[in-house]
Amino acid sequence: MTPSLNQYLVLSALLFGIGLAGALARRNAVLVLIGLELMLNAANLNFIAFWRFGPHPEKLMGLMFVLFSIAIAAGEAALGLALVIAIYRHRRTAQVDRFDSLKG
Amino acid sequence: MLNEIAFLLCAALTLAGAVAAMMLRNLVHCALCAAGAFAGLAAIYLQLDAEFVGFAQLLIYVGAIAILIVFTVLLTRGAEIQPGAASSASSWWKGVPVGALVLACLIWSIMASPSLVRLPSPNVHAPVKQIGEQLMNQFVMPLETIGLLLTAALLGAVVIGLREPRTSEPNS
Repeated sequence: MTPSLNQYLVLSALLFGIGLAGALARRNAVLVLIGLELMLNAANLNFIAFWRFGPHPEKLMGLMFVLFSIAIAAGEAALGLALVIAIYRHRRTAQVDRFDSLKG
Repeated sequence: MLNEIAFLLCAALTLAGAVAAMMLRNLVHCALCAAGAFAGLAAIYLQLDAEFVGFAQLLIYVGAIAILIVFTVLLTRGAEIQPGAASSASSWWKGVPVGALVLACLIWSIMASPSLVRLPSPNVHAPVKQIGEQLMNQFVMPLETIGLLLTAALLGAVVIGLREPRTSEPNS
């Protein structure tokens, strides 16, 4: 008895909801980035599940998309965390609601 | 049956890690729980016969991004101490309803479509050799573009993270 496709989709939806709620509710910029990463991972899980359960898994389309998406997420995380550190150096805070003026 | 139990265990690990990463107060604990959630997702990829992506997830997320997050937390230390518990709890009423609404829409649409209750196609395997051949043939342009993008991201991160030169530098 293997799990069916909609179980994976429900897991992915739960992960997306948790990430979205956390990214909106938490005020530390690092936690907002973690929430974003959780949402990206939920999308990746959807790609893999649809690839595995789809009609043509031998074409490796979903797999390739996830590989590229992981690479882009890595770049995004590196840039986002560098931005958090740069802003912290100027403003001495990492709370997103204090980042309220340009040219700080 | 065994597959189902493995899926449920991995899903429980992933969801528990994600909830803990969003709820805990200590930022280092949050980063470690996020790493646990990423590891659970890697296990689910392995269970879905996507070995290469599973190990890539393990290497990049648990190996690189989690360490990057921990470094950022340690470098921005002291930022999370001043605000009290009340101010961080007061913003939950904004985030949780939106998340719950999106979650309800997604789960309703998943449950409402009967074509999603299907079993996996048999005998799927994605050997690394085939992935490499596909990357060199059909996906060579995206691969090159990703290389360019990662180089740009690397340079951008270094430039943003550089300490700005002081105007009154003593030795310049």
